[in-house]
Amino acid sequence: MSADAPLLEVRNLKKHYPIQRGIFGGEVGRIRAVDGVSFSVERGETLGLVGESGCGKSTAATTMLRLEEPTDGDVLFDGVDITEYDDRELKRFRRRAQMIFQDPTSSFDPRMSIGESVAEPLRIHGMSDGNRRRAIVKDLLERVGMSGDDIDRYPHEFSGGQKQRIALARALSVNPDLIVADEPASALDVSIQADILQLISDLQEEFGLGVVFISHDLGVIRDIADNVAVMYLGEIVETGPTEQVFDSPQHPYTRALIDSIPSPNPRERGMAVELTGDVPSPANPPSGCRFHTRCPEVIQPEGYDFEQSAWRSVMNFRTKVTTRQIDLDGIREFVIAETDVTDPEDVTHDQMVDAIRSDFDIPDTLSDPEAESVLSDALERVVRDEFDEASASLAEAFETVCATDSPDMVRTEAGHSASCHLHDQSVEVEPGERIAQSDD
Amino acid sequence: MSDDPLLDVRDLKTQFHTDDGTVRAVDGISFDVDRGETVCIVGESGSGKSVTSESITRIIPIPPGEIADGEVIFDGQDLTEMSTDQLRKIRGNRIAHVFQNPQGALNPVYTVGKQIIEAIRIHKDVSKQEAREQTIDLLDRVGIPEAGKRIDDYPYEFSGGMKQRVVIAMALSCQPDLLIADEPTTALDVTIQAQILRLLGDLQDEFGMSIIFVTHDLGVVAEIADRVVVMYAGKVMERGDVYRIFENPAHPYTKALLRCRPGQGSQREAIRGSLPSMIDPPDGCRFAPRCPHAVEDCRDGDQPPMMEAEHPGHEVSCIFYQDGFDSTQLDSGPEGLSASEARTDGGESR
Repeated sequence: MSADAPLLEVRNLKKHYPIQRGIFGGEVGRIRAVDGVSFSVERGETLGLVGESGCGKSTAATTMLRLEEPTDGDVLFDGVDITEYDDRELKRFRRRAQMIFQDPTSSFDPRMSIGESVAEPLRIHGMSDGNRRRAIVKDLLERVGMSGDDIDRYPHEFSGGQKQRIALARALSVNPDLIVADEPASALDVSIQADILQLISDLQEEFGLGVVFISHDLGVIRDIADNVAVMYLGEIVETGPTEQVFDSPQHPYTRALIDSIPSPNPRERGMAVELTGDVPSPANPPSGCRFHTRCPEVIQPEGYDFEQSAWRSVMNFRTKVTTRQIDLDGIREFVIAETDVTDPEDVTHDQMVDAIRSDFDIPDTLSDPEAESVLSDALERVVRDEFDEASASLAEAFETVCATDSPDMVRTEAGHSASCHLHDQSVEVEPGERIAQSDD
Repeated sequence: MSDDPLLDVRDLKTQFHTDDGTVRAVDGISFDVDRGETVCIVGESGSGKSVTSESITRIIPIPPGEIADGEVIFDGQDLTEMSTDQLRKIRGNRIAHVFQNPQGALNPVYTVGKQIIEAIRIHKDVSKQEAREQTIDLLDRVGIPEAGKRIDDYPYEFSGGMKQRVVIAMALSCQPDLLIADEPTTALDVTIQAQILRLLGDLQDEFGMSIIFVTHDLGVVAEIADRVVVMYAGKVMERGDVYRIFENPAHPYTKALLRCRPGQGSQREAIRGSLPSMIDPPDGCRFAPRCPHAVEDCRDGDQPPMMEAEHPGHEVSCIFYQDGFDSTQLDSGPEGLSASEARTDGGESR
């Protein structure tokens, strides 16, 4: 219970889900939903946790409250590790840390009046005096902008926004120190989102709460968070004060996320850098930097002179060759669909190579002759179904630090932290190698 | 161009007869769509934007639904007069739909290829092999890598963004003149949304089709719309060119929608109150109960007629644009004043 310790400190938190097969349930792999995240939240601070769906935000939330047991790591609450708590201590901790969920409808029992629902945490934590409970609930409902007379009404009588207010009242009923809010405004219409966000920050100020606010919506995070942590595939890739992260994002993933928000200015359309592909499976995360399979700024191998977009395409090709995800019969059929050829036997090697090139958006010839010879050799081998050889020669010729080494979290020039090899002192990056968007 | 729009919706009324009364989901709305143009219908949930888009091809459940009044002129023919059989020849063929949830639009027990081939062969007389080749070509055009292989995969083998691409490929299979997309990117992550929006733009350039895009997200509207129809509680509040809507929004509702977008920090402002009952809508302007500028006259009679605001083609349904009112008063409010101050201001100005 030291006074200097932050309210919540998460160190290297991991949550892996085993994939089991067979009658004995042998473990054949694990989903690394959260894979070593660290952050802290002070009293009165709002930390925004942001990322695409499937990046582990919600698992991080439930794990840090021990609603699910963490696989590894420490969660210090007021300086004490909650992963060591026994059941009684855990129950006491639950009073001090509350959670709010995305869907306000499913988080209420339809057969309980909202008064009963809001009073339930009080009852569980030992307030047996019904009249006093009722008085507290009425007061709470008024604080979240509802009327005390609503106490005997049922959830279906309220709109989504009102229900979310009531959910806040329920979370506040036991005087918590920490609130974890998982997408609390995402199910609401934009027109009333702002009200709920305002209410959360007002209550935070009034009660001095620490808040962990989880959202996929960067606009919402920007409005409410003091500090922000950007997650990708179970890891935090960038963290810092909200304004700094938004004004000067240091990780290519953060840049891409911010770029993807459609701007409300019709004269600025089509400016976003497009991120190709989907989030890879957390069961088998990419080597090195986990973002390298989609990163538009992936670092080029030494000794070559690429267009950055062509280099990205070659990397996409390389990834698919390594995982043997190129289907030659499919490509043959595609060539037949596109051209006059009708017999699969008549499809030429050149046609196959051209089809693969266009599938990956690789230009007909790369500007660097040496790179072109490596690539065309690999393409030729792929068409001959020699994937292993193609993969080996591509990996050797086009080695990039992004695919081999996992980047460390470092303090960037902008003052906040990011984990990206572009900030690696040991890797020399000339300013010209980054694409234009990084200049702002 | 405006002489002969591809689609002309006139005074459309769609109602649902329920135990509690008649829900006037769409209550007399008009707009048109030119060839090769993208029109966005924007509004909150419950504004009637989806019902509007579904009324065009009459895919609303009838009963309890009913198209009570109005005309939907598509390429010279009134779709509301057509029999279901005639309409079926147009649905999926000349007018195609894409919905919010791609999961629900695909049959989980058939491969995606089989489903698209079926869609092609319903409307076109081609052999299975030809249809298969067209399908591979389509899947490739919507950006599915290795189309020749993925054609034999089942829907569950695709991610959400890829499924939406498959659905778009299916919608395009008969080269429709009009694509109606109802919140097609709302269920997707922002990075995937950006991909799909770009794809729709590219495909429109390639096929020259018109698009009706239904969304609540003004950022998406700014990204793709040529013209915008702003709906509220079953009525059109404002319609016009996308630049006018964003740069000189005329209706207080449009202005309020622009102010409640996230990412504006303390500038962001919620719209007080909630959508009125659609069984017993309020008199006068539907937005008056929530409008910071509403005066006594706003709560009288029917929704004000569409009036021209400053520029031709930019129309607004607000009495402040009628003779005897001063529309510049609408600018004075929310910038510097709180909502309640603006309300008294509006009251005195009458």
